[in-house]
Amino acid sequence: MHGSGIPIWFFIGVLLTVYGVMIFGYGIVEAVTGNYPPLVQLTNLHTPIWWGGILGLIGLFYIVKFRPKSSSK
Amino acid sequence: MKLTLVDWLIMLLYFVFVLGIGFALKRYMKTSKDFFQAGRALPAWICGLAFISANLGAQEVIGMGASGAKYGLETAHFYGIGAIPAMIFVGIFMMPFYYGSKARSVPEFLRLRFDEKTRALNACSFAVMTVFSSGISMYAMARLIQALHIFDGLFMALGWPPQGIFTFSIVLSAVIVLLYIFLGGLTSAIYNEVLQFFLIIAGFLPLVLLGLKNIGGWGGLKASLPVAYMHEWKGVMHANTNPMGIEIIGLGMGLGFVLGSGYWCTDFLVIQTAMASKDMESARRVPLIAAVPKMFFPFLVILPGLLAIGLPTPHTTTVVRNEAGVIYHDTTIVSKEVEEGRGLVPAKINPVTGKPMLDASGKPLLDYDMATPNMLLHFFPTGILGLGLTALMASFMSGMAGNVTAFNTVFTYDLYQSYIHKGASDRHYMAVGRWATVGGILFSIATAFAAINFNNIMDTLQLVFSFVNAPLFATFLLGMFWKRATGHGAFAGLIAGTTGAMLHHGLTLPIEAHTGIHGGWITVLHNYPSDMAQNFWGAIFAFSINFIVTVVVSLFTKPHPESELVGLVHSLTPKPSHAHLKWWKRPEALAVAILLVAVALNIFFA
Repeated sequence: MHGSGIPIWFFIGVLLTVYGVMIFGYGIVEAVTGNYPPLVQLTNLHTPIWWGGILGLIGLFYIVKFRPKSSSK
Repeated sequence: MKLTLVDWLIMLLYFVFVLGIGFALKRYMKTSKDFFQAGRALPAWICGLAFISANLGAQEVIGMGASGAKYGLETAHFYGIGAIPAMIFVGIFMMPFYYGSKARSVPEFLRLRFDEKTRALNACSFAVMTVFSSGISMYAMARLIQALHIFDGLFMALGWPPQGIFTFSIVLSAVIVLLYIFLGGLTSAIYNEVLQFFLIIAGFLPLVLLGLKNIGGWGGLKASLPVAYMHEWKGVMHANTNPMGIEIIGLGMGLGFVLGSGYWCTDFLVIQTAMASKDMESARRVPLIAAVPKMFFPFLVILPGLLAIGLPTPHTTTVVRNEAGVIYHDTTIVSKEVEEGRGLVPAKINPVTGKPMLDASGKPLLDYDMATPNMLLHFFPTGILGLGLTALMASFMSGMAGNVTAFNTVFTYDLYQSYIHKGASDRHYMAVGRWATVGGILFSIATAFAAINFNNIMDTLQLVFSFVNAPLFATFLLGMFWKRATGHGAFAGLIAGTTGAMLHHGLTLPIEAHTGIHGGWITVLHNYPSDMAQNFWGAIFAFSINFIVTVVVSLFTKPHPESELVGLVHSLTPKPSHAHLKWWKRPEALAVAILLVAVALNIFFA
């Protein structure tokens, strides 16, 4: 990132992974407890589980692909 | 709407990342070039995503959803013929002059090509417009936060009065944007725009998928809407046969040529991201890279509006059920504005009478701006709702940031360094840039608060912007492609074009509109079928007047010697060589591919 050696894509990967894990985790809790927010439609599709999972996987891909390289002296 | 801890954490994490980027970049801001131009060292991919995100502000995300609900798929013309051809044109033909001239801003390019007074006129109008635009973004965001009751729970928990939510929203967004630009300058704004790009996709793609699933897929959407709503080109030969009320000449010339090119090819807000690229090849690729996702953005920002208007209108219902001999009544209460609306688009309710507001023909007025936000509330459960709201706030703040970075650059280089304090040290100008950021944010806050007190200030400002922006493309087109164009011609053309746009507005009025802010404030000589048709034709008039006046005045005044125009005018500039690149890696090849896909999309949705 601007000479720091850490690409912006790595930060995006971290953010997406954390978001993915949080949303996926809460989706699991909702599915297990059956405690869905009122008035929200299509909760039976469990969107947080699959979308959280997809975000997490994309984030992990970015983390691995753009991880900062250790500098060799 | 009730947000949970996860939703709050998602929003908080975004703010931490945004500020973290600013702090991480602070130590790399050593010169004014680093601060204002991102060191001209960024790769094309980053600048390309920032190029598209700089435009993904409040007006785009909320406004395109609103237009989708109001006009249907015809709104996609803003992309198909408004943005894509202009992005290709600026990448292939105009970027060599912007980047190659070493100008640090668009007004500075005007000084190199024309003269000092043309630059001063453009710099002053641009600087004023950017701070007002940023203020409008701030105001719109605070109103949306109020309408969605995002901070209501927080304020109740803290025991703060709910009247303070508007001010709190404005101050919060202002402080965040100020900090990350103050610390990291344009680089920080660009990196945050890239972040915002990913957030918009993460936040809006599931919304479209859920909406389509709910309505029965593409076929279900078509079945739920009038035929004209699902076509881009059907009925465009005549103004009365399409929802937007505009015929093909107004659409093609007004939107496609004048307004689209006027924005994408001359607005420093977007051009500055391309000028931050590391070399000419990258700078030319930036708008082309941006055009690729741009072609598909109607699916993310327009489709939610179409889905919102196509879904069934919710009504208050009571379900009676019997459980072990006990009778339960489950009542779902829906507010009056939602019941009186269409689909998920609520009606506008008069706060005094409590009745729906009507237009001049007696039809209920719909609050189209709530189409996309209501879709979020309708479909998003915990967690994803936080992500969707974060994406919305990111788009608002990114819009503000783009305007503020453009303002600080133009103020410092084109006004302060040129007319107030010449010859100071680089460190001095960098400090001025930072304080211009503070000033820009303060002016934006003042605009946002002024918008509360003056009902029509947002409409008025948008109107003034259109007067200034519409003729600009003629100046650049003649400047870059006609070596005979002179500074006197450009200056006179700009003044005449703006005056022509004002006169056109004062003499015309859309049908069903009242005289005043909508036009006809001199006298009504002509009625347009819609305000969109009036906008497009106003742009055509402004462009044409500017073009003709610039040509005529130029022919009577002395042009610059040709030696001074090398690198600024097409016929006098060596063409960039791409012999070292394979054919499919050349910008021209990418441009042709984009054009073909854009044509295919237009045919598919015709």
